[in-house]
Amino acid sequence: MGLFLFFVRLISSAIMYVGGATHLLVEAVYHGIRPPYRLGSIIEEIDRIGVRSLTVVNVIAIFTGMVLALQTALALSRFGAKSFIGVIVALSLVREIGPVFTAIMVGGRVGSGITAEIGTMKVTEQIDAIRVMGANPIKQLVVPKVVATVLTLPMLTLVAILLGILGGLLISMLELQVNPHYYFTSILDNVTFPDVASGVGKTFFFGVIISIIGCHQGMMTTGGTEGVGRSTTTTVVVVSILILVSDFFLTKLFTLL
Amino acid sequence: MDELIIDIHGLRKAYDGLGVLQGLDLGIRKGETITILGGSGTGKSVLLRLITGLEKPDEGSILIGDKDIVPMNEDEMLPIRRKMGMLFQSAALFDSLTAGDNVAYPIRVHLALPEEEIQSIVTEKLGLVGLEGVENKMPAELSGGMKKRVALARAIAIDPEIVLYDEPTAGLDPGNTKRINHLIVELQRILKVTSVVVTHDLNSAYAVTDRLALLSRGRIATVGAERDFQASTIEEVRRFIAGELIEDG
Repeated sequence: MGLFLFFVRLISSAIMYVGGATHLLVEAVYHGIRPPYRLGSIIEEIDRIGVRSLTVVNVIAIFTGMVLALQTALALSRFGAKSFIGVIVALSLVREIGPVFTAIMVGGRVGSGITAEIGTMKVTEQIDAIRVMGANPIKQLVVPKVVATVLTLPMLTLVAILLGILGGLLISMLELQVNPHYYFTSILDNVTFPDVASGVGKTFFFGVIISIIGCHQGMMTTGGTEGVGRSTTTTVVVVSILILVSDFFLTKLFTLL
Repeated sequence: MDELIIDIHGLRKAYDGLGVLQGLDLGIRKGETITILGGSGTGKSVLLRLITGLEKPDEGSILIGDKDIVPMNEDEMLPIRRKMGMLFQSAALFDSLTAGDNVAYPIRVHLALPEEEIQSIVTEKLGLVGLEGVENKMPAELSGGMKKRVALARAIAIDPEIVLYDEPTAGLDPGNTKRINHLIVELQRILKVTSVVVTHDLNSAYAVTDRLALLSRGRIATVGAERDFQASTIEEVRRFIAGELIEDG
């Protein structure tokens, strides 16, 4: 009975959580399409969310491409198919690893940052102050962050894919003696626009997940600075799980299109 | 009879089944300073949150002027909030904005004024709280007392009719407590606003107020001028004055 009640409570709190986050998304869309548009805040957020994530995304992308090339080469050399390394590295990065790794990386960095910022504002009554002064916290805080994340994540992903391919090239040339001209030609001949669209297309959804969960968790924060710490941890966990789960369904959806 | 600017009837609010406000009635006169006293957890701050529309009561009505704000949504609350300023217990200054931009915030929300005029109002309001020249300082660079004064300047930035103070002297040293009390009196005198002060500090209440109300067991136990309050024979008032905190929460 106790276990049954535990599961009932778990499921009902999960439904409440998803309901709250969805409600926030609907409100963000509603306030986002209504003027005035806070372009200055959106540009500031693009700088904070996108530009400042570049270094970590770049480093991880290069090394992921290098590791991918090494591992692929090991497997392909058994069949004497080392020459296919370029296309396999590129397809893996374009369709799956680039979007998902970038989203998880940005989700950890940006999602937790958003929660910490909004959560701190919540526990220090700054969100209440915005409301009392007649402004809307969703329009002021949530909309710029959602727009900035949704716009920058696809761009960060494209940069990550390109750098990953270059990382793969480096290993292919130095370790596996693959001709760079052949490496690139095989990629250009085999990686198609639908491959890129299905990979990068997913990141728009990942951007919504990262920003909305970050903001929702921030808005739900209670319990002072300790509560802010708890909320940021929850954001990282929820965002990572949702990215991986939604990746499966989005991949399935894009293969049908 | 004096005109009421805030008229509260039968206000009830419960959290997790625990009734914090249980049929509270209170009339606040235009232009007066009223202090709502009470022990910790008696629902003083909840009452302010209900008056500002930050939360909705379970039952009852709150008339601001002649309009009941209880059924209003956020958009409908906008003209009501134009009439209000609030000093939060934690000051609630925006960390990412300078002191000047904090004071300018409600002006930018409510009034379509040129930037020059906004800056002139900011300087004037900061001057009123004795903080000339701090416009470009970040909140982190200000002391606790200065933060409260910047927050006060922000609360009066758009010349509200009602200023709400949530524990204005909490956490301040005696010098800053005296200064904030003096400011509440001075601003009331200069701006002719209605002030609602929520505090558990009886000395501060005597220093700033026209009438005192004691919140106990979810209702207003008594309301009256300082002399009436001190002469009250109501048990809760006697206990509160004697320093025996009333813990209703």
